[in-house]
Amino acid sequence: MALTGLFLYIFLIEHLIANLLLLNNDNGEAYTIYAEVLGSAYNIPLRIIEFGLFFFLLYHATNGTRLWITNRNAKGIHYFVNRASENSTFFSRFMIQSGSVIFIFLVIHLRSFFVHYRLETPDDTMYQGVVKAFENPLYSWFYIIAMILLAFHLVHAFQSAFQTLGLRHNKYTPFIKSFGVIFSILICAGFALIPVYFLYINNTGGH
Amino acid sequence: MALLNLHLKVWRQKNNEDEGRFVDYNIQDISTEMSILEMLDVLNEKLIKEGQEPVAFEHDCREGICGCCGIFINGRAHGPLKRITTCQLYMRHFKDGETIVLEPWRAKGFPVLKDLMVDRSAFDRIIAAGGFVAVNTGGAPDANAVPIPKHNLEKALDAAECIGCGACVAACKNASAMLFVSAKVSHLVRLPQGKPEREKRVFAMLNQMEKEGFGSCTNTEACSAECPKGISMDVIAQLRREYFRASVRQEKE
Repeated sequence: MALTGLFLYIFLIEHLIANLLLLNNDNGEAYTIYAEVLGSAYNIPLRIIEFGLFFFLLYHATNGTRLWITNRNAKGIHYFVNRASENSTFFSRFMIQSGSVIFIFLVIHLRSFFVHYRLETPDDTMYQGVVKAFENPLYSWFYIIAMILLAFHLVHAFQSAFQTLGLRHNKYTPFIKSFGVIFSILICAGFALIPVYFLYINNTGGH
Repeated sequence: MALLNLHLKVWRQKNNEDEGRFVDYNIQDISTEMSILEMLDVLNEKLIKEGQEPVAFEHDCREGICGCCGIFINGRAHGPLKRITTCQLYMRHFKDGETIVLEPWRAKGFPVLKDLMVDRSAFDRIIAAGGFVAVNTGGAPDANAVPIPKHNLEKALDAAECIGCGACVAACKNASAMLFVSAKVSHLVRLPQGKPEREKRVFAMLNQMEKEGFGSCTNTEACSAECPKGISMDVIAQLRREYFRASVRQEKE
Protein backbone atom coordinates (compact mmCIF):
# COMPACT_ATOMS: atom_id res chain seq x y z
CA MET A 1 0.00 0.00 0.00
CA ALA A 2 2.84 2.35 0.85
CA LEU A 3 4.83 2.01 -2.38
CA THR A 4 1.82 2.10 -4.69
CA GLY A 5 0.42 4.98 -2.63
CA LEU A 6 3.60 7.02 -3.01
CA PHE A 7 3.61 6.29 -6.75
CA LEU A 8 0.03 7.55 -6.97
CA TYR A 9 1.16 10.63 -5.07
CA ILE A 10 3.70 11.38 -7.80
CA PHE A 11 0.96 10.95 -10.37
CA LEU A 12 -1.28 13.40 -8.50
CA ILE A 13 1.47 16.03 -8.55
CA GLU A 14 1.98 15.59 -12.31
CA HIS A 15 -1.78 15.66 -12.92
CA LEU A 16 -2.23 18.79 -10.83
CA ILE A 17 0.54 20.70 -12.58
CA ALA A 18 -1.01 19.83 -15.94
CA ASN A 19 -4.50 20.71 -14.77
CA LEU A 20 -3.37 24.11 -13.62
CA LEU A 21 -2.69 24.84 -17.32
CA LEU A 22 -6.48 25.00 -17.59
CA LEU A 23 -6.40 28.16 -15.49
CA ASN A 24 -4.09 29.82 -18.05
CA ASN A 25 -6.30 32.40 -19.73
CA ASP A 26 -5.47 31.33 -23.30
CA ASN A 27 -8.68 29.51 -24.20
CA GLY A 28 -7.02 26.20 -23.48
CA GLU A 29 -4.11 26.45 -25.94
CA ALA A 30 -1.43 25.25 -23.52
CA TYR A 31 -3.68 22.52 -22.16
CA THR A 32 -4.58 21.26 -25.62
CA ILE A 33 -0.90 20.95 -26.55
CA TYR A 34 -0.26 19.07 -23.31
CA ALA A 35 -3.23 16.75 -23.92
CA GLU A 36 -2.01 16.01 -27.45
CA VAL A 37 1.55 15.23 -26.36
CA LEU A 38 0.34 13.08 -23.48
CA GLY A 39 -2.23 11.25 -25.58
CA SER A 40 -0.04 10.58 -28.61
CA ALA A 41 0.03 6.88 -29.41
CA TYR A 42 3.74 7.18 -30.28
CA ASN A 43 4.67 8.33 -26.80
CA ILE A 44 5.82 4.83 -25.83
CA PRO A 45 7.47 5.59 -22.43
CA LEU A 46 4.31 7.36 -21.32
CA ARG A 47 2.16 4.44 -22.47
CA ILE A 48 4.29 2.14 -20.29
CA ILE A 49 3.99 4.47 -17.28
CA GLU A 50 0.27 4.76 -17.93
CA PHE A 51 -0.08 1.00 -17.88
CA GLY A 52 1.87 0.90 -14.62
CA LEU A 53 -0.36 3.61 -13.21
CA PHE A 54 -3.54 1.64 -13.90
CA PHE A 55 -1.95 -1.50 -12.54
CA PHE A 56 -0.77 0.17 -9.33
CA LEU A 57 -4.09 1.93 -8.89
CA LEU A 58 -6.02 -1.32 -9.21
CA TYR A 59 -3.55 -3.09 -6.93
CA HIS A 60 -3.85 -0.32 -4.35
CA ALA A 61 -7.66 -0.47 -4.48
CA THR A 62 -8.03 -4.26 -4.43
CA ASN A 63 -5.34 -4.79 -1.81
CA GLY A 64 -6.88 -2.06 0.33
CA THR A 65 -10.28 -3.72 0.07
CA ARG A 66 -8.78 -7.13 0.85
CA LEU A 67 -7.03 -5.70 3.93
CA TRP A 68 -10.24 -4.04 5.05
CA ILE A 69 -12.15 -7.33 4.80
CA THR A 70 -9.52 -9.45 6.60
CA ASN A 71 -9.06 -6.78 9.28
CA ARG A 72 -12.80 -6.55 9.85
CA ASN A 73 -12.93 -10.30 10.24
CA ALA A 74 -9.98 -10.21 12.63
CA LYS A 75 -11.91 -7.82 14.87
CA GLY A 76 -15.05 -9.97 14.89
CA ILE A 77 -17.56 -8.35 17.22
CA HIS A 78 -17.37 -4.58 17.48
CA TYR A 79 -17.58 -2.69 20.75
CA PHE A 80 -20.89 -1.42 22.03
CA VAL A 81 -19.15 1.76 23.15
CA ASN A 82 -15.95 2.69 21.32
CA ARG A 83 -14.36 6.09 21.79
CA ALA A 84 -11.85 5.64 19.00
CA SER A 85 -11.48 9.39 18.54
CA GLU A 86 -9.50 9.41 21.80
CA ASN A 87 -6.70 7.30 20.38
CA SER A 88 -6.57 7.77 16.61
CA THR A 89 -7.38 10.30 13.92
CA PHE A 90 -10.66 10.27 12.03
CA PHE A 91 -8.74 10.07 8.75
CA SER A 92 -6.85 6.93 9.73
CA ARG A 93 -10.02 5.07 10.63
CA PHE A 94 -11.96 5.87 7.46
CA MET A 95 -9.44 5.08 4.72
CA ILE A 96 -11.67 2.48 3.06
CA GLN A 97 -14.63 4.90 2.99
CA SER A 98 -12.62 7.82 1.58
CA GLY A 99 -10.87 5.42 -0.79
CA SER A 100 -14.18 4.01 -2.04
CA VAL A 101 -15.55 7.47 -2.85
CA ILE A 102 -12.31 8.27 -4.68
CA PHE A 103 -12.67 5.02 -6.63
CA ILE A 104 -16.24 5.86 -7.69
CA PHE A 105 -15.04 9.33 -8.60
CA LEU A 106 -12.23 7.87 -10.70
CA VAL A 107 -14.62 5.64 -12.65
CA ILE A 108 -16.78 8.66 -13.54
CA HIS A 109 -13.73 10.86 -14.11
CA LEU A 110 -12.08 8.36 -16.46
CA ARG A 111 -15.38 7.82 -18.28
CA SER A 112 -15.78 11.55 -19.00
CA PHE A 113 -12.18 12.32 -19.92
CA PHE A 114 -9.92 9.33 -20.47
CA VAL A 115 -12.36 7.01 -22.25
CA HIS A 116 -13.97 9.75 -24.30
CA TYR A 117 -10.85 11.56 -25.51
CA ARG A 118 -8.44 8.68 -25.75
CA LEU A 119 -10.43 5.61 -26.69
CA GLU A 120 -13.42 7.05 -28.54
CA THR A 121 -13.40 9.56 -31.43
CA PRO A 122 -14.32 12.92 -29.91
CA ASP A 123 -15.73 15.81 -31.93
CA ASP A 124 -14.37 18.45 -29.54
CA THR A 125 -11.03 19.16 -27.83
CA MET A 126 -10.35 17.99 -24.31
CA TYR A 127 -10.34 21.61 -23.13
CA GLN A 128 -13.87 22.13 -24.45
CA GLY A 129 -14.91 18.92 -22.74
CA VAL A 130 -13.50 20.12 -19.44
CA VAL A 131 -15.28 23.45 -19.70
CA LYS A 132 -18.55 21.75 -20.61
CA ALA A 133 -18.31 19.23 -17.80
CA PHE A 134 -17.61 21.83 -15.15
CA GLU A 135 -20.47 24.05 -16.31
CA ASN A 136 -22.68 21.43 -14.71
CA PRO A 137 -22.82 22.39 -11.00
CA LEU A 138 -23.68 18.83 -10.05
CA TYR A 139 -20.54 17.49 -11.74
CA SER A 140 -18.40 20.29 -10.31
CA TRP A 141 -19.64 19.80 -6.77
CA PHE A 142 -19.18 16.05 -6.97
CA TYR A 143 -15.62 16.78 -8.09
CA ILE A 144 -15.05 19.17 -5.19
CA ILE A 145 -16.47 16.72 -2.62
CA ALA A 146 -14.33 13.93 -4.06
CA MET A 147 -11.28 16.19 -3.65
CA ILE A 148 -12.17 16.85 -0.01
CA LEU A 149 -12.33 13.10 0.57
CA LEU A 150 -9.06 12.69 -1.32
CA ALA A 151 -7.54 15.17 1.13
CA PHE A 152 -8.88 13.08 4.03
CA HIS A 153 -7.31 10.00 2.45
CA LEU A 154 -3.96 11.66 1.81
CA VAL A 155 -3.62 13.29 5.22
CA HIS A 156 -3.32 9.83 6.78
CA ALA A 157 -1.70 8.23 3.75
CA PHE A 158 1.42 10.36 3.48
CA GLN A 159 2.89 9.78 6.93
CA SER A 160 1.50 6.23 7.03
CA ALA A 161 3.49 5.31 3.91
CA PHE A 162 6.74 6.39 5.56
CA GLN A 163 5.84 4.50 8.74
CA THR A 164 5.14 1.33 6.72
CA LEU A 165 8.52 1.64 5.04
CA GLY A 166 10.13 1.88 8.45
CA LEU A 167 11.21 5.48 7.85
CA ARG A 168 10.57 6.86 11.28
CA HIS A 169 12.92 8.93 13.32
CA ASN A 170 12.41 11.46 16.06
CA LYS A 171 14.31 13.97 13.91
CA TYR A 172 12.36 13.81 10.68
CA THR A 173 9.01 12.17 11.49
CA PRO A 174 7.43 15.38 12.89
CA PHE A 175 8.43 17.09 9.63
CA ILE A 176 6.96 14.26 7.49
CA LYS A 177 3.72 14.46 9.45
CA SER A 178 3.19 18.21 9.15
CA PHE A 179 4.52 18.35 5.59
CA GLY A 180 2.12 15.54 4.60
CA VAL A 181 -0.89 17.39 5.96
CA ILE A 182 -0.05 20.70 4.26
CA PHE A 183 1.02 19.04 1.01
CA SER A 184 -2.12 16.86 0.84
CA ILE A 185 -4.45 19.77 1.46
CA LEU A 186 -2.63 21.90 -1.14
CA ILE A 187 -2.86 19.19 -3.80
CA CYS A 188 -6.57 18.68 -3.25
CA ALA A 189 -7.25 22.41 -3.03
CA GLY A 190 -5.39 22.79 -6.32
CA PHE A 191 -7.62 20.22 -8.03
CA ALA A 192 -10.78 21.69 -6.48
CA LEU A 193 -9.79 25.12 -7.76
CA ILE A 194 -10.49 24.01 -11.34
CA PRO A 195 -14.26 23.34 -11.03
CA VAL A 196 -14.56 26.44 -8.84
CA TYR A 197 -12.81 28.46 -11.58
CA PHE A 198 -15.04 27.23 -14.40
CA LEU A 199 -18.22 27.34 -12.34
CA TYR A 200 -17.90 30.75 -10.75
CA ILE A 201 -15.02 32.72 -12.25
CA ASN A 202 -14.71 31.88 -15.91
CA ASN A 203 -18.04 30.43 -16.99
CA THR A 204 -17.85 31.83 -20.50
CA GLY A 205 -14.67 30.09 -21.59
CA GLY A 206 -14.67 27.77 -24.58
CA HIS A 207 -17.63 29.46 -26.27
CA MET B 1 -14.20 9.90 51.06
CA ALA B 2 -17.15 10.15 48.79
CA LEU B 3 -19.39 7.23 47.98
CA LEU B 4 -20.66 6.59 44.48
CA ASN B 5 -23.81 5.01 43.18
CA LEU B 6 -23.23 3.61 39.72
CA HIS B 7 -24.98 1.89 36.85
CA LEU B 8 -22.97 -0.89 35.29
CA LYS B 9 -23.50 -2.39 31.87
CA VAL B 10 -21.48 -5.59 31.91
CA TRP B 11 -20.91 -8.07 29.10
CA ARG B 12 -22.03 -11.52 30.32
CA GLN B 13 -21.13 -14.60 28.34
CA LYS B 14 -21.20 -18.15 29.75
CA ASN B 15 -18.49 -19.55 27.53
CA ASN B 16 -17.03 -19.30 24.05
CA GLU B 17 -20.10 -20.91 22.46
CA ASP B 18 -22.56 -18.61 24.20
CA GLU B 19 -23.69 -15.54 22.25
CA GLY B 20 -23.31 -13.14 25.16
CA ARG B 21 -25.31 -10.06 26.16
CA PHE B 22 -25.13 -6.95 28.31
CA VAL B 23 -26.61 -7.15 31.79
CA ASP B 24 -27.35 -4.00 33.79
CA TYR B 25 -26.44 -3.75 37.46
CA ASN B 26 -26.90 -0.96 39.97
CA ILE B 27 -24.28 -0.72 42.65
CA GLN B 28 -24.32 1.54 45.73
CA ASP B 29 -21.82 3.05 48.13
CA ILE B 30 -18.64 2.55 46.11
CA SER B 31 -15.64 4.29 47.66
CA THR B 32 -13.71 6.63 45.39
CA GLU B 33 -10.53 5.05 46.76
CA MET B 34 -11.37 1.67 45.25
CA SER B 35 -9.92 0.49 41.97
CA ILE B 36 -12.36 -0.60 39.30
CA LEU B 37 -11.45 -4.24 40.00
CA GLU B 38 -12.26 -3.75 43.68
CA MET B 39 -15.59 -2.30 42.60
CA LEU B 40 -16.16 -5.50 40.61
CA ASP B 41 -15.18 -7.50 43.70
CA VAL B 42 -17.95 -5.68 45.60
CA LEU B 43 -20.37 -6.42 42.77
CA ASN B 44 -19.37 -10.09 42.79
CA GLU B 45 -19.81 -10.38 46.58
CA LYS B 46 -23.30 -8.99 46.12
CA LEU B 47 -24.05 -11.36 43.23
CA ILE B 48 -22.80 -14.38 45.20
CA LYS B 49 -24.98 -13.41 48.18
CA GLU B 50 -27.96 -13.17 45.84
CA GLY B 51 -27.14 -16.61 44.49
CA GLN B 52 -26.14 -15.31 41.04
CA GLU B 53 -23.09 -16.12 38.97
CA PRO B 54 -20.29 -13.58 39.66
CA VAL B 55 -18.71 -11.63 36.79
CA ALA B 56 -15.53 -13.34 35.56
CA PHE B 57 -12.54 -11.07 34.92
CA GLU B 58 -8.83 -11.73 34.83
CA HIS B 59 -6.46 -10.19 37.36
CA ASP B 60 -3.30 -11.04 39.21
CA CYS B 61 -0.84 -8.51 40.61
CA ARG B 62 -3.22 -5.52 40.73
CA GLU B 63 -0.27 -3.14 40.51
CA GLY B 64 0.01 -2.72 36.77
CA ILE B 65 2.90 -5.05 36.00
CA CYS B 66 1.52 -8.52 35.29
CA GLY B 67 -0.62 -7.68 32.26
CA CYS B 68 -3.49 -9.95 33.28
CA CYS B 69 -6.28 -7.46 33.78
CA GLY B 70 -7.80 -5.81 30.78
CA ILE B 71 -11.32 -4.53 30.37
CA PHE B 72 -12.69 -2.24 27.69
CA ILE B 73 -14.17 0.48 29.90
CA ASN B 74 -16.49 3.13 28.47
CA GLY B 75 -15.09 2.68 24.99
CA ARG B 76 -11.40 2.70 25.94
CA ALA B 77 -8.90 -0.10 26.59
CA HIS B 78 -8.04 0.01 30.32
CA GLY B 79 -10.47 2.92 30.72
CA PRO B 80 -10.27 6.64 30.04
CA LEU B 81 -6.84 7.41 31.49
CA LYS B 82 -3.50 7.11 29.73
CA ARG B 83 -0.66 4.78 30.66
CA ILE B 84 -2.44 2.70 33.28
CA THR B 85 -3.82 -0.83 33.40
CA THR B 86 -7.39 -1.63 34.45
CA CYS B 87 -6.34 -2.38 38.04
CA GLN B 88 -4.77 1.08 38.32
CA LEU B 89 -8.01 2.84 37.38
CA TYR B 90 -9.59 4.31 40.49
CA MET B 91 -13.25 5.05 41.07
CA ARG B 92 -12.47 8.72 41.78
CA HIS B 93 -12.30 9.17 38.00
CA PHE B 94 -16.01 8.39 37.72
CA LYS B 95 -18.98 10.58 38.67
CA ASP B 96 -21.85 9.66 40.95
CA GLY B 97 -24.70 8.17 38.93
CA GLU B 98 -22.48 7.48 35.91
CA THR B 99 -23.05 4.48 33.66
CA ILE B 100 -19.94 2.37 33.17
CA VAL B 101 -19.87 0.01 30.18
CA LEU B 102 -17.57 -2.99 30.61
CA GLU B 103 -16.70 -5.13 27.59
CA PRO B 104 -14.07 -7.81 27.00
CA TRP B 105 -11.21 -7.24 24.52
CA ARG B 106 -12.63 -7.77 21.05
CA ALA B 107 -10.46 -9.75 18.61
CA LYS B 108 -10.69 -13.06 16.78
CA GLY B 109 -7.29 -13.89 18.27
CA PHE B 110 -8.63 -13.37 21.79
CA PRO B 111 -11.70 -15.61 22.13
CA VAL B 112 -13.90 -14.78 25.13
CA LEU B 113 -13.58 -17.46 27.83
CA LYS B 114 -16.23 -16.03 30.09
CA ASP B 115 -17.78 -12.58 30.66
CA LEU B 116 -14.89 -10.09 30.61
CA MET B 117 -12.15 -12.69 30.40
CA VAL B 118 -10.44 -13.50 27.11
CA ASP B 119 -7.97 -16.20 26.16
CA ARG B 120 -4.67 -14.45 25.42
CA SER B 121 -2.65 -17.62 24.88
CA ALA B 122 -2.20 -16.52 21.26
CA PHE B 123 0.45 -14.12 22.61
CA ASP B 124 2.26 -17.05 24.26
CA ARG B 125 2.30 -18.91 20.95
CA ILE B 126 3.68 -15.83 19.19
CA ILE B 127 6.46 -15.66 21.78
CA ALA B 128 7.10 -19.40 21.44
CA ALA B 129 7.40 -18.95 17.67
CA GLY B 130 10.30 -16.51 17.88
CA GLY B 131 10.34 -14.29 20.93
CA PHE B 132 13.25 -16.04 22.60
CA VAL B 133 17.05 -16.10 22.66
CA ALA B 134 19.39 -19.08 22.65
CA VAL B 135 21.69 -19.33 25.69
CA ASN B 136 24.66 -21.51 26.51
CA THR B 137 24.22 -24.05 29.24
CA GLY B 138 26.57 -23.92 32.21
CA GLY B 139 27.36 -21.06 34.54
CA ALA B 140 25.78 -17.68 33.95
CA PRO B 141 28.16 -15.29 32.17
CA ASP B 142 29.40 -12.27 34.08
CA ALA B 143 26.99 -9.37 33.72
CA ASN B 144 29.74 -7.09 32.45
CA ALA B 145 31.13 -9.65 29.98
CA VAL B 146 28.71 -8.57 27.23
CA PRO B 147 29.10 -4.87 26.46
CA ILE B 148 25.87 -3.16 25.42
CA PRO B 149 25.84 0.51 24.40
CA LYS B 150 23.81 2.58 26.84
CA HIS B 151 21.47 3.89 24.13
CA ASN B 152 20.62 0.38 22.87
CA LEU B 153 20.11 -0.80 26.39
CA GLU B 154 17.66 2.00 27.18
CA LYS B 155 15.75 1.46 23.94
CA ALA B 156 15.62 -2.29 24.51
CA LEU B 157 14.28 -1.76 28.00
CA ASP B 158 11.69 0.73 26.70
CA ALA B 159 10.38 -2.04 24.42
CA ALA B 160 10.70 -4.61 27.21
CA GLU B 161 8.19 -2.60 29.22
CA CYS B 162 5.45 -4.42 27.25
CA ILE B 163 3.47 -6.59 29.67
CA GLY B 164 1.48 -8.41 26.98
CA CYS B 165 -1.89 -7.21 28.29
CA GLY B 166 -3.39 -7.03 24.81
CA ALA B 167 -4.68 -3.44 25.02
CA CYS B 168 -3.03 -2.77 21.65
CA VAL B 169 -5.10 -5.51 20.02
CA ALA B 170 -8.21 -4.36 21.87
CA ALA B 171 -7.85 -0.74 20.78
CA CYS B 172 -6.90 -1.54 17.17
CA LYS B 173 -9.79 -1.46 14.73
CA ASN B 174 -8.02 -4.26 12.87
CA ALA B 175 -7.29 -6.30 16.01
CA SER B 176 -3.65 -6.26 14.96
CA ALA B 177 -1.01 -7.48 17.40
CA MET B 178 1.66 -5.46 15.65
CA LEU B 179 2.65 -3.33 18.65
CA PHE B 180 3.08 -6.42 20.81
CA VAL B 181 5.13 -8.30 18.21
CA SER B 182 7.19 -5.20 17.42
CA ALA B 183 7.93 -4.52 21.08
CA LYS B 184 9.30 -8.04 21.46
CA VAL B 185 11.32 -7.86 18.25
CA SER B 186 12.65 -4.41 19.12
CA HIS B 187 13.57 -5.53 22.62
CA LEU B 188 15.54 -8.56 21.47
CA VAL B 189 17.18 -7.14 18.36
CA ARG B 190 18.79 -4.27 20.25
CA LEU B 191 20.65 -6.65 22.55
CA PRO B 192 23.61 -8.83 21.55
CA GLN B 193 21.86 -11.85 23.05
CA GLY B 194 19.06 -11.49 20.51
CA LYS B 195 21.27 -11.34 17.41
CA PRO B 196 21.59 -15.06 16.48
CA GLU B 197 17.84 -15.42 15.77
CA ARG B 198 17.52 -11.95 14.28
CA GLU B 199 16.36 -12.89 10.76
CA LYS B 200 14.26 -15.91 11.68
CA ARG B 201 12.48 -14.19 14.54
CA VAL B 202 10.69 -11.53 12.48
CA PHE B 203 9.17 -14.01 10.04
CA ALA B 204 8.33 -16.58 12.71
CA MET B 205 6.54 -14.11 14.95
CA LEU B 206 4.67 -12.35 12.14
CA ASN B 207 3.56 -15.66 10.63
CA GLN B 208 2.30 -16.82 13.99
CA MET B 209 0.48 -13.51 14.50
CA GLU B 210 -1.33 -14.01 11.20
CA LYS B 211 -2.09 -17.65 12.02
CA GLU B 212 -3.67 -16.62 15.30
CA GLY B 213 -6.16 -14.47 13.39
CA PHE B 214 -4.88 -11.01 14.24
CA GLY B 215 -5.32 -8.29 11.64
CA SER B 216 -2.67 -6.17 9.96
CA CYS B 217 -1.37 -2.74 10.85
CA THR B 218 -2.83 0.31 9.09
CA ASN B 219 -0.91 2.83 11.22
CA THR B 220 -3.88 4.33 13.07
CA GLU B 221 -1.57 4.49 16.11
CA ALA B 222 -4.46 3.61 18.44
CA CYS B 223 -2.34 0.82 20.00
CA SER B 224 0.43 3.13 21.12
CA ALA B 225 -2.04 5.70 22.44
CA GLU B 226 -3.78 3.07 24.59
CA CYS B 227 -0.70 1.12 25.66
CA PRO B 228 -0.45 1.19 29.48
CA LYS B 229 3.33 1.20 29.14
CA GLY B 230 3.43 3.82 26.39
CA ILE B 231 5.26 1.63 23.86
CA SER B 232 6.05 3.95 20.97
CA MET B 233 5.17 3.52 17.29
CA ASP B 234 8.94 3.56 16.79
CA VAL B 235 9.01 -0.18 17.51
CA ILE B 236 6.60 -0.89 14.64
CA ALA B 237 8.81 1.09 12.26
CA GLN B 238 11.75 -0.92 13.56
CA LEU B 239 9.89 -4.17 12.90
CA ARG B 240 9.31 -3.01 9.33
CA ARG B 241 13.03 -2.37 8.90
CA GLU B 242 13.85 -5.73 10.47
CA TYR B 243 11.39 -7.37 8.08
CA PHE B 244 12.98 -5.76 5.02
CA ARG B 245 16.44 -6.60 6.31
CA ALA B 246 15.49 -10.21 6.96
CA SER B 247 13.82 -10.50 3.54
CA VAL B 248 17.09 -9.52 1.89
CA ARG B 249 19.43 -11.44 4.14
CA GLN B 250 17.73 -14.66 5.09
CA GLU B 251 19.39 -17.63 3.45
CA LYS B 252 17.76 -20.80 2.23
CA GLU B 253 18.24 -23.72 4.57
